[in-house]
Amino acid sequence: MTVAVPLSLIEAFDELARTPDARLIQGGTDLMVEINFNHVKPVDVIALRRIKELRTWQVNSNNTITIGSGVPYQEMEVGQLKELLPALAEAARTVGSPQIRAAGTLGGNLGTCSPAGDGLPVLFALDAIVHLQSLKSSRDLSIHEFMLGVKRNARHTNEIITGVTVPVLDGWQGYAKVGVRNAMVISVASACLAVDKKNNSVRIALGAVGPTIIRCRDAESWLVQQLDLTSATSIDTTIAQEFGRRVALESKPIDDHRSTAEYRRHAVGVLAQRLITRAYTS
Amino acid sequence: MSTVKQDTRLRDILGTSALRPDGVAKVMGSFSFSSDMWAENMLWGATLRSPHPYARIISIDTTAALLISGVSAVITAQDVPGKATYGLISADQPVFASEFVRYMGEPVAAIAADHPETCRRALAAIIVNYEVLAPVVDPELAMLATTEQIHPDGNLIRHQKIICGDPQISGDITVEGHYTIGMQDQAFLGLEAAMAFPDSGGKGVELHIATQWLHEDRGQIAACLKLPEDNVRLVLGGVGGAFGAREDISLQVHCCLLALHTGRPIKMQYSREESFFGHVHRHPAKIWMKHHATKEGKIVKVESRMVFDGGAYTSTSPAVLINGITHTQGPYQCDNAVVDGYAVRTNNPPCGAMRGFGVVQACFAHESQMDKLAQACGLSPVEVRLINAMHTGDKLITGQAMESVAPVERCIRETDAIPMPEPLAANANVLEFPGGSGRTADRQNIVRGIGWGVSMKNLMYSEGFDDYATARCTLSNGIASLKFATSEVGQGFVTLAPQIARSVLGVDDVVFETSDTQIGSAGSTSASRQTWMSGGAVDGACRLVRERLFEHVGELHNIDPIRLMIEHTDVIDTIGTFRISVTEATQGITLSETFEHHHRKTEDLDANGQGNCHVAFAFVAHRAVVDVDIELGLVKVVQIATAQDVGRVLNPLSAIGQIEGGIAQGLGLAVMEEIIMDNGRVKNPSFTDYLLPTALDAPSVVAIMIEEPEPQAPLGAKGIGEPPCISVTPAIVAAIRAATGKALSRVPVRPQDICL
Ligand SMILES: Cc1cc2nc3c(=O)[nH]c(=O)nc-3n(C[C@H](O)[C@H](O)[C@H](O)COP(=O)(O)OP(=O)(O)OC[C@H]3O[C@@H](n4cnc5c(N)ncnc54)[C@H](O)[C@@H]3O)c2cc1C
Repeated sequence: MTVAVPLSLIEAFDELARTPDARLIQGGTDLMVEINFNHVKPVDVIALRRIKELRTWQVNSNNTITIGSGVPYQEMEVGQLKELLPALAEAARTVGSPQIRAAGTLGGNLGTCSPAGDGLPVLFALDAIVHLQSLKSSRDLSIHEFMLGVKRNARHTNEIITGVTVPVLDGWQGYAKVGVRNAMVISVASACLAVDKKNNSVRIALGAVGPTIIRCRDAESWLVQQLDLTSATSIDTTIAQEFGRRVALESKPIDDHRSTAEYRRHAVGVLAQRLITRAYTS
Repeated sequence: MSTVKQDTRLRDILGTSALRPDGVAKVMGSFSFSSDMWAENMLWGATLRSPHPYARIISIDTTAALLISGVSAVITAQDVPGKATYGLISADQPVFASEFVRYMGEPVAAIAADHPETCRRALAAIIVNYEVLAPVVDPELAMLATTEQIHPDGNLIRHQKIICGDPQISGDITVEGHYTIGMQDQAFLGLEAAMAFPDSGGKGVELHIATQWLHEDRGQIAACLKLPEDNVRLVLGGVGGAFGAREDISLQVHCCLLALHTGRPIKMQYSREESFFGHVHRHPAKIWMKHHATKEGKIVKVESRMVFDGGAYTSTSPAVLINGITHTQGPYQCDNAVVDGYAVRTNNPPCGAMRGFGVVQACFAHESQMDKLAQACGLSPVEVRLINAMHTGDKLITGQAMESVAPVERCIRETDAIPMPEPLAANANVLEFPGGSGRTADRQNIVRGIGWGVSMKNLMYSEGFDDYATARCTLSNGIASLKFATSEVGQGFVTLAPQIARSVLGVDDVVFETSDTQIGSAGSTSASRQTWMSGGAVDGACRLVRERLFEHVGELHNIDPIRLMIEHTDVIDTIGTFRISVTEATQGITLSETFEHHHRKTEDLDANGQGNCHVAFAFVAHRAVVDVDIELGLVKVVQIATAQDVGRVLNPLSAIGQIEGGIAQGLGLAVMEEIIMDNGRVKNPSFTDYLLPTALDAPSVVAIMIEEPEPQAPLGAKGIGEPPCISVTPAIVAAIRAATGKALSRVPVRPQDICL
């Protein structure tokens, strides 16, 4: 196995063009597990960790934020990122342990594309744009087109995910994840809710209850008809409940050794109800 | 987490919080665990395991594997020179499966090669032709004579009943329930690992191994290798936890066989996944229990039927079963009983020893029953337990008299007196809520509940077993050197043994000789027994050496030895002024003594389950306070209050460590730890999906240690390892019941059991 350690994106693109079958490694918190289990046996590995460009984030002039694919979760939990993207901060806090959050990244979460990935519901709720780049090309894909299925995405093998861009919304947002213990646990069901007051809309995305992250478009549009999302300061319990019920209907959970479909469907309904209630009580 | 005040006295004698001699090394990562061993010229060993829970082996073809460059040996059942099977109680488990595989993960072959990667490829190249059979996985079905018997010894491993007093008697009030206990794993952190060195000429082997009992391993290994026991030497490797999972043979025989085959040192170590298949688990059990009581809540009779799923091989199932049924009554007086217990063979993974050993299962049932009884009689959980509390001198349902100190009432009262935790504050940190870092709950979703559990646990081995312990003490130039075969698995014997030597001999410097089979057996580090048994042996050996020291000093200084005693680090004359330091008194001489500690004899149970089968007992009470998110079924255990009958505290820091650790393990069984089976297949053999409690799941523990020295125990101290994990499980479940109103008859309690 060869490991290339490029110091810049250009060097990384070159390296990837030279060894197109190389596996990229950022924090390694998914890839090393795969290697340890002998599920993958990469011949060439390109380590992205030393590339400074991938480890930065910036607020853009059009009120969006671009986060490099190599920014570790621990940086999202604090400071300006937390203030501007509270749902992402909460999602980041739920990931693994402090050690994992010091190494794990959105680039890796997107690369793996597990429906239980905690960064993904936030990106779905915020309609994130994923930036993909290779030596010769560069493209921006909507997250909705990027994630194709369980651990499948639209990245070409010669591309590096350089980052994501998400809007800074005016409105409450949050993330909640159900697991069978109180920390360090793979999601059994999760939900991200974001209110966009400017556009009088609400977005809710569910994790671990379908082959991809699920945006509950029907429940979202139903809620807009019940409530003026821009001016409301509270929400009726019955509306919140009905919202939860409708969200649950849009989930497509399965039974497995972590939980049952019935519980997962129930749980996302409860989470949706609680998140929308939080949005209109705080 | 508790903090223990450090003692300001300088000498680490009994009663002080002496620190672990290996503590710093373990925290710094420099401690050598058995998986860290390395040798010149060594090969790696690896095991081929059955992918099926039940299948007939039609053929095994190792040719391709042997052709792989770097592979030195491939061995199967036909390469076992001695006994083809091993086992702790009954030798019914094959070293390698030959005709049938009876559980998923059963060893079929082993290989030695130059690199773990070569091993992996060679394992993949062994072709085993299986005829897959339908596994027998339900113990109720398995025990029927009409069901296919999956082993020549039959499917019923042991049946034992207990009939005590008047079996027909009834009470004003009856309560009953059916209870289910899931399969828990010991989940020690230091994986199975060993290194075997063949003697030149292949006449013997030295095995460095992480185990709970060197001598028992040696006996089983020697029989399979067809070597005299003296030619099989075992040395204790660094052990990273055990909890019962290192009582049975795992890789021992395979590793030695490969070393003898290749003439080279063999290193073997399991991965976490392999570990789940490589050791026994806690028995899943189904228990029906019925209590008859007076209107006032006094127990008249207990009836029970217990079925323990032993999995494919016997392991310690017969003893686990006996522990289960003889603890049906719990720590309560009960004159009449009808109990029927079965340990059954199935195609599930073999089950055997785990902390609490059969009593965990019985306790979940009897404590759930006590709450039902309380409710039926209009009593509180505390009242019903106090009314029925057992005392020293009471007769057990086996007819045995309770001779141990039995401060059950005190355990309950002192636990009850521990202040309740503060109510959940409006501005509490969400990380402390049920759901923790998932931020699922808001303050208004959370309901608090309180529950109780009290237990009795036997100490040491039972049913006539003489599990003695041996130790040697050598004193020279003021340094005591201790030798024993006691396995240090994390429980702290390496802290305690020097404390004993310092207290008895007045020395400060205590060193250890290697723990190996070059001395008599120490028995197993299990059954809460090593402080009592090996502690007794070290104490005995040190006392003998002290006698010799007094004789020596007496002779030299013309004082009757009977007048001499140890004060701090000196030998003094109790009726004179003579004083000499132990260091000075032992210059240039060597005093050495070996001592065997035996506990009192016990006996088998008769056909009606009567007999003095246990040595001694310890008791504990637990009160759990939990916060439950009822809608999502998530739980946070807020506080465990406990008062434990410990006899005597020999090291407060070690004791609280056992208590807090045991509580975490019992919490695991209550709400998350379970090996999930699907028709004989393990679905979650990893720490990704076999969930252990994290720091955010651990409750605050308020512990009181009740010190009423046990006359039978050499140091007055009872074993404290198992009790903390036993009644905490039913206490937590009772608290969840109190919060939710749900019946919850199964552990672990799953979110869907609460909210759907
Ligand atoms: C103990 C533990 C706990 C965990 N808990 C959680 C959890 O709670 N929630 C959760 O969501 N995840 C969890 N994970 C999984 C993991 O931490 C996350 O998925 C993390 O986001 C992966 O990031 P990484 O940088 O470490 O990825 P890596 O392991 O470096 O890479 C993951 C995949 O993405 C590809 N990749 C990485 N960077 C790029 C890039 N720039 N462009 C293209 N492809 C790329 C890699 O080739 C690989 O296929 C846990 C993992 C562990 C070991």
